[in-house]
Amino acid sequence: MAWTRDQMAERAAKELRDGFYVNLGIGIPTLVANYIPTGMSVQLQSENGMLGMGPFPYEGEEDADLINAGKQTITELPTTSYFSGADSFGMIRGGHIDLSILGAMQVARNGDLANWMVPGKMVKGMGGAMDLVAGVKRVVVVMEHEAKGEAKLLEQCTLPLTGQRVTDLVITDLGVFTIERRGEPKMTLIEIAPGVSLDEIKSKTQASFDVAVA
Amino acid sequence: MKKVHSNVSAALDGLLFDGMTIMAGGFGLCGIPEALIYAIRDSGVKDLTVISNNAGVDGIGLGVLLETRQIRKMVSSYVGENKLFAQQYLSGELELEFNPQGTLAERIRAGGAGIPAFYTKTGVGTIIADGKDVREFDGESYVMERGLFADLSIVHAFKGDTEGNLVYRKTARNFNPIMATAAKVTVAEVEHLVDAGKIDPDQVHTPGIFVKRIVHVPNPAKHIEQRTTRPRIIASEVN
Repeated sequence: MAWTRDQMAERAAKELRDGFYVNLGIGIPTLVANYIPTGMSVQLQSENGMLGMGPFPYEGEEDADLINAGKQTITELPTTSYFSGADSFGMIRGGHIDLSILGAMQVARNGDLANWMVPGKMVKGMGGAMDLVAGVKRVVVVMEHEAKGEAKLLEQCTLPLTGQRVTDLVITDLGVFTIERRGEPKMTLIEIAPGVSLDEIKSKTQASFDVAVA
Repeated sequence: MKKVHSNVSAALDGLLFDGMTIMAGGFGLCGIPEALIYAIRDSGVKDLTVISNNAGVDGIGLGVLLETRQIRKMVSSYVGENKLFAQQYLSGELELEFNPQGTLAERIRAGGAGIPAFYTKTGVGTIIADGKDVREFDGESYVMERGLFADLSIVHAFKGDTEGNLVYRKTARNFNPIMATAAKVTVAEVEHLVDAGKIDPDQVHTPGIFVKRIVHVPNPAKHIEQRTTRPRIIASEVN
């Protein structure tokens, strides 16, 4: 069986380390917060200007002045700090955030990532995605392996890029791939979801990749 | 010089003209200077270029200036929540310049600090870098972005004093403090107005030098775009 959305989030949580400052994107990446191991200190950054993001509030305790980057009501923690948009992206662009986990429409074998624009369709904007992929130390993509039968792991992205050679790791519902950001482009399959065959992954992946499954 | 004005239209008096550039604070609907936005609508000023991370939603915030077609161009990072925006953009009525959010924030910060341009890694190798200077520093490529400076900034603060010192609350801070620095004139609406000396100087977020006019807007309506909650654990269920 391919991994569910929650299982993909659980797998992504294995990339967390004690003391990390982490930015989680919208969608499956948000679920990663549910799988932070007990006893591990991980501070979540919200790019609208908050470090130390807490869970959703109890009903009746929502505060319109306290939202995350997805405009959802949240709460603060004893570790929380607030700051301006410039300070927030200073953290992101200055390389102070350890890990960014985000979704993507396409990822190329060389680490190019596209997740903000489909030509001909209404463009909503890139928000903070371009800053995150360019500035955060390590970028993990969590996405479905295919979109409506179309491969998303490609030799080259066909959609406008969010960033060039910015992806370190891709977790899909079928497996996990590492990518080299420097030197010769190289994508390597390192894990296969239970019950998924290598042939299935090969048939659904347009990019060429090495296999190093433990 | 007296900075405090008795109402929002008085606070904007003499500042508005057709074709001007306005920065408006806020992230989504959080921390937006809503009363000042409505005063701008009522003034009828048009052909505005508005620099704001988002464009409000239909009927709220900057959404009302889209309804009245007073905005000619938006400079934003994300406008997904506004249907009218999509219509006006697709019909060619509205011009749109997307900036990566951090680039937008830094352009504003730079503009306010007298820095005309800077280099950043964000957007290198994407359409954002098209036509812009790209330079290599220490073996990495960076794209040049320009500072932004507006005719007017409108910001929302939780507390302000008669000197114009401002304090923001929680994530309603967002773009407000940087925009306050990056315009010829900054007008602040504050939920609580106090006498100078009543804010601990160590707690001031925006020093009064950046704020030319201030207006008291008590108990503003605050909007929540995504009301998300978690279930309460009831004591009887724990037993």
